[in-house]
Amino acid sequence: MKVALLVNGAVREVDVEPRKTLLDTLREDLSLTGAHAGCEHGVCGACTVLVDGAPVRSCLMFAVQADGLDITTIEGLASAPGELSVLQDSFCETHGLQCGFCTPGMILASHALLEANPAPTRADIAEAISGNICRCTGYGQIVEAVELAAERLRLANAPRAAAGGRP
Amino acid sequence: MSAEAARFRFVSANRRVREDRRFVAGHGRYVADIALEGMLHVAILGAQHPAARILSIDPSAALAMPGVHYVLTGEELAGATDQLMNGLDTPNVRRFPLALGQTRYAGEWVAAVVADTRALAEDACEKVKVSYERLPYLTQAEEALDPSSPPVHPAHGSNVLLDKQFVWGEVDRHFAESPRQLSFRVTWGRNSTVPIETFGVVASWDPWSEMLDVWASIQMPKYPDQIARALRIPANNVRVHHDVDVGGSYGVKRGIKHTVLAAHLARRLGRPVRLLEDRLENMRGGDAHGPERIFDVDVAFDDAGIVRSMKMRALDNAGAYAGRAPFQLGKPIGAIVGPYKIESVAYRAQSVTTNKAVQEAVRGFGQSPTNYAIETALDKVGLACGLDRIEVRRRNFIRKEEFPYLIPSGTRYDSGDYHTVVDKVLAHVDYPALVAERDRLRAEGMLAGIGIAACLEPSGGNSAFEPLLNEKNETTTWMESVRINVDGTGCVAVTIHTTSSGQGHETLAATVVAEVLEIDPDLIRIVRPDSLACLPSNTPVGSRMAIMMGGACFHAAQKLKAKLLRIGAHRLGLAPEAARYQGGSVGAVSGGQALDWAALVNIAHRNFHLLPPDTEPGLESTHVMQVPTGTSLPKDGRVQMYPCHSFEFHLVLVALDPVLGKPEIRRYVIGHDCGTVINPHIVKGMTLGGIAHGLGAALLEEFVYDEEGQMLTQSFMDYLLPSSHEMPKVEIVHHCTPSPFTVFGQKGSGESGYLGAPAAISGALNDAVAEFGISFDKLPIRISAISDAVAAARVRSSEETTS
Ligand code: FES
Ligand code: FES
Repeated sequence: MKVALLVNGAVREVDVEPRKTLLDTLREDLSLTGAHAGCEHGVCGACTVLVDGAPVRSCLMFAVQADGLDITTIEGLASAPGELSVLQDSFCETHGLQCGFCTPGMILASHALLEANPAPTRADIAEAISGNICRCTGYGQIVEAVELAAERLRLANAPRAAAGGRP
Repeated sequence: MSAEAARFRFVSANRRVREDRRFVAGHGRYVADIALEGMLHVAILGAQHPAARILSIDPSAALAMPGVHYVLTGEELAGATDQLMNGLDTPNVRRFPLALGQTRYAGEWVAAVVADTRALAEDACEKVKVSYERLPYLTQAEEALDPSSPPVHPAHGSNVLLDKQFVWGEVDRHFAESPRQLSFRVTWGRNSTVPIETFGVVASWDPWSEMLDVWASIQMPKYPDQIARALRIPANNVRVHHDVDVGGSYGVKRGIKHTVLAAHLARRLGRPVRLLEDRLENMRGGDAHGPERIFDVDVAFDDAGIVRSMKMRALDNAGAYAGRAPFQLGKPIGAIVGPYKIESVAYRAQSVTTNKAVQEAVRGFGQSPTNYAIETALDKVGLACGLDRIEVRRRNFIRKEEFPYLIPSGTRYDSGDYHTVVDKVLAHVDYPALVAERDRLRAEGMLAGIGIAACLEPSGGNSAFEPLLNEKNETTTWMESVRINVDGTGCVAVTIHTTSSGQGHETLAATVVAEVLEIDPDLIRIVRPDSLACLPSNTPVGSRMAIMMGGACFHAAQKLKAKLLRIGAHRLGLAPEAARYQGGSVGAVSGGQALDWAALVNIAHRNFHLLPPDTEPGLESTHVMQVPTGTSLPKDGRVQMYPCHSFEFHLVLVALDPVLGKPEIRRYVIGHDCGTVINPHIVKGMTLGGIAHGLGAALLEEFVYDEEGQMLTQSFMDYLLPSSHEMPKVEIVHHCTPSPFTVFGQKGSGESGYLGAPAAISGALNDAVAEFGISFDKLPIRISAISDAVAAARVRSSEETTS
């Protein structure tokens, strides 16, 4: 079946079997390998992508269901090759990862949180990433990364005076 | 940081982990991301029954499907390959990637189907017809000790793989002389490290160059050698690519059976072949389970709570084949007394086969279960003597001034200051306030308990347990290597010879080389040559890389620095003693003219006429490092196991509703001493991740088999990994006791947290339910077990009061 997906801002047409998951389609047909298969039954969150801005498990969705929807993968977060988003950079700053396998999903889930809630509490963050399993980190430095990114984004968006700059 | 850290520029500094950039961008390169031209895909047919004879396999319906290329059976594979090694002297416990004639556990691989896509291969699996004749089976370790139990390997004659008794010191006398003794049993449930990435391998065979190329999510010593041996090809016909990111391992990513199978298929079919486990294949048949162990412990002590002697029997359920299970009983011998001055120990290590999946190396290699048993003993001794559980530990701790300290089983602990770490943690938490908080919770009707664990992380791993358990094995070498090359433009490349699974080895190597050469770490490129271009390596097992790769980097950089110094001194007309190296330049000790990095590099690469006599041109150095202290074979059942011993002290407050039984960790503090820290972010991450893993082992995770020998927890819906909801905020209290055996005083930290968390959490729950006169003696302690036990105890006590 022919499907048109809006992936990271560009329309991508693919011809897929109806039973093919969005995850496999992104990875195999579009070479977007940042989304990972950890369980393929909807528990681990390694396959998370954003669909119309909301985190979705791409292993539980068929590509044909995503026809016409707006999909953001980890590859779509940085502004240019070699660049990182504030959130991605914050994960580097606090070392919110080890093996990196859960990381794209973690970052996208956190990205969606920060879009909706610029000042999340620790509990908000824990809730937002609770559907993403990380076996490496014990989550501590991931929570710190999201806290740091929220703070940086708030500062970046605040008027000069409030951000501590000169009047 | 401690005063020690001030000696360093980059070591111990708060610097980023260089690997992180590619991962946060989604540009890791995992095995599933490798797609070769013409690549075929494999799906595995698993056995239905825990034990059965394979009467026939009919692949015809599967082969008739378009896009299906091949169905491989155990018979073909066993004919074309040699059996997988197990390291024990048990020649009749034979293991091949696919079951040969008989299946020995439910989920064991029976056939492999190859097709154009993975989905097609899975479809075709369903069409392969296997007829079985069911055989008697067993799942319990104690049953396996019974000589009349159905043998998993009839040719081996029994289910006992290993039964070895060690006696270190005068155990009988110490028991006879001790006024008090106690005995107990605890059980460690079968769990594993369960990385989020399953195991995967891509194999490609070039028949003209006779070269097997392998990409795998591997963490395994001697991997290329074992592939070659099984395939009966020279080892230099195997090229393992190390530039593959591994999505978590913590010990288990040792897919040798997967690799042999995929490699055979690649050769047979003349096309690249990929075998990527799905979650079900991984959990049931990936042969990556961990220890499942019963401990029977007796301790002899006095009224002051001083433990003099211990008898421990550890009975491990290895599963259907030997795997690494027996050796995971051996490694804990190197820290069999924990941080305590127990004078003598009797240890019986028993490993038996049953009809369950096979074990692989799991974080700590058997140490965490052993620590759980030792810490339970200390809790019980404290209770018996009416002593505070921290006090009883303090009384038994080895004292700072007693290091290096020789334990009865032959290992000399390098260094430690256990009392100070405990003092720091107690001061940090305000211990009386923590106790008051527990009591306040209790007064509110909650169950609340404090848990304590003090334990060691032996690190700098080697394989000394192999000769200890198998006299035919005489391996004492367990090296790690590094090469540094400075090119003609002055840029530095360092090669490391392993894959990584999140441990930050690139950061480690760059930090250490930069520290020695006094140059910016960010200017150093780290490369991972394939196995044919590698120097000898034993991969990151046994918490060894800070010590071993760090050590090899240090020595290689020292050699390079010495060469730069010689070149500079010669050019300046100085005696080598009169010259000094500083920040990449060489000049006279007395000051004056100096040659900078560019000038030195130029001489090395372009001015042979300016080199000192007998100097090789170029700027390159290598170092192959042996494990410090790894110098001799075992003698009289004693051996120096690992060189270094990190210490961790856990203090946990747990609260739960007595009816619901769901434990909530209110406070988690760990005192951690792993000597000099090379990168604080990495050590912190290891520790927090280890605690989460230990929390899983304590409360959630278990591969459960039912009476029929079927595994019940084969998805993430049944096998529960801790999420951000279960993990508390952890407070880390640092201490640094440098190791005298390593270049910077560093020790290992790759298993930290995991080694004490299960014991601490179990201790907290036992403290919480002590008022009912009950305790838990088996991990994991599930919510249902807690609420059922509490409810039963309440019924009992209300019956007592009414009767
Ligand atoms: S792979 Fe989709 S949730 Fe695990
Ligand atoms: S970083 Fe390895 S699973 Fe999260």
